[in-house]
Amino acid sequence: MKSLKNHVSLIAALFTILFTIQVYQVLERSIASYEETLRANYSIVVIALSPLKEASLKSRFSIIHSLEEISPEKVIKRLEKEMDKTSLGLLRASLPKFYKLSLERYPQPEEIDILSSQLQNMKEIKRVESFAQTHDQIYKLLLLYKGVTQIFAFAILVVTLLLIAKEMRIWQFQHQERMNIMALFGAPVMLRSAVLFRLAILDALIAASLVFAIFTFIDTNGWAEPYFEDINIHVNVFNYAQDGFMHFGISLALSLLLAIMLIVNHKEEV
Amino acid sequence: MDKVIIANDLTLAYNNSETIINQCTFDIDSGDFVFITGASGSGKSTLLKSLYGALSPKQGDLVVGGVQMKNITTKKLNFLRRHIGIVFQDYKLIKEWTIEKNVMLPLIISGYAKDVSEVQVQKLLTHVKLNHQLGKYPLELSGGEQQRVAMARALAHNPIIILADEPTGNLDDYSSQVIWNLLEGACTQLKTTVVVVTHHIPETMKIDYTHLHIEHGSIYEVS
Repeated sequence: MKSLKNHVSLIAALFTILFTIQVYQVLERSIASYEETLRANYSIVVIALSPLKEASLKSRFSIIHSLEEISPEKVIKRLEKEMDKTSLGLLRASLPKFYKLSLERYPQPEEIDILSSQLQNMKEIKRVESFAQTHDQIYKLLLLYKGVTQIFAFAILVVTLLLIAKEMRIWQFQHQERMNIMALFGAPVMLRSAVLFRLAILDALIAASLVFAIFTFIDTNGWAEPYFEDINIHVNVFNYAQDGFMHFGISLALSLLLAIMLIVNHKEEV
Repeated sequence: MDKVIIANDLTLAYNNSETIINQCTFDIDSGDFVFITGASGSGKSTLLKSLYGALSPKQGDLVVGGVQMKNITTKKLNFLRRHIGIVFQDYKLIKEWTIEKNVMLPLIISGYAKDVSEVQVQKLLTHVKLNHQLGKYPLELSGGEQQRVAMARALAHNPIIILADEPTGNLDDYSSQVIWNLLEGACTQLKTTVVVVTHHIPETMKIDYTHLHIEHGSIYEVS
């Protein structure tokens, strides 16, 4: 019973770490997806005196994804009843060119400032509208969200690592006697530690399998999807191959590290 | 006769503390039965520890089974221990293993095949009259029975030397006699060298033995 308790505490500690990592992964993905949505919806409006070429702008500013001309025809059509053809022709000829600049990624506020001023310095550009204030608010909210998530994940990681360190001391006490007795009969280190490695591997596999099962369940039932749809994003909650492999790897690495530390710290009774 | 243990000007001490055995010279012939006696704290168990390599000589030479014990490597020490059987006052059985697996331990370490080991364990447990208990765990047995299991384990791999540290210290008269008989049997029938640390030499000993006494860090042979 006592031994089972010790097993459960290591499995619980490993499970908590893996669960936190996966939750963090989902949050990272949702932030990335949200950033992508923001990027897609965000653009800078440029007013130019002469036509701009997309290729030349892209070669100069790597952050620029595309350049699209905004046609003034809609506005001109509304004026058709109020103005004669000659006036409309004159208006058409005197209007500057309007462009919508889409970006490769969602930029930081400083990047927008730099890009705006560099565009503004081009002689063919008359005005740049970056909607900086709106952008700034959304971006700061996103950064806050990211920061809180990171602090939360870090705190959980520290607590569970402390739990594992405590668990290590219990294991050390539990296995020391057997390892000493085996040493008295000439067992090499690997044979003495075989049980420890078996337990470490078993606990790691159980913890990783539990996380795998829970996230598979959440993913297949689509519980998280409505929440993501509410903010117009699509997030893959669990990537079976990539996330599953990562969990098994981290779990095995942590528990084997624990076993190796026990073996290294083991001192034969004199 | 071959010398299985040779000590020459042997000095033993724990780290930098006071010397426990001081420049002692003695040897033990193969197949001998040796008692080491002395008052509490005289260094009997310390000497025994040096014989199985838990304590390295501070000065002088100590050769056990042809292996120099001073600055011995882990590999050599493991090799030597696979040819030594050890019995302790507190039995040192692995509590979470069955009696059968405990006795099998030296055979597992020496790499014996499972079927050979099982036959050997069965034979030994019959010898110590515990063949009906092989599925039990140490804590389910009495002290005397646990020490018989420890004896069976010490004999399992046909060691060249059996080292016993107060093997009857925790036992009643009947159980003690059983252990003495088993140790005598190992010496006479298997020709194993037996070195026993004890406070009192039993009066019932049926075989010739050597008696070494430790006093004030020196070892004397008592005739």
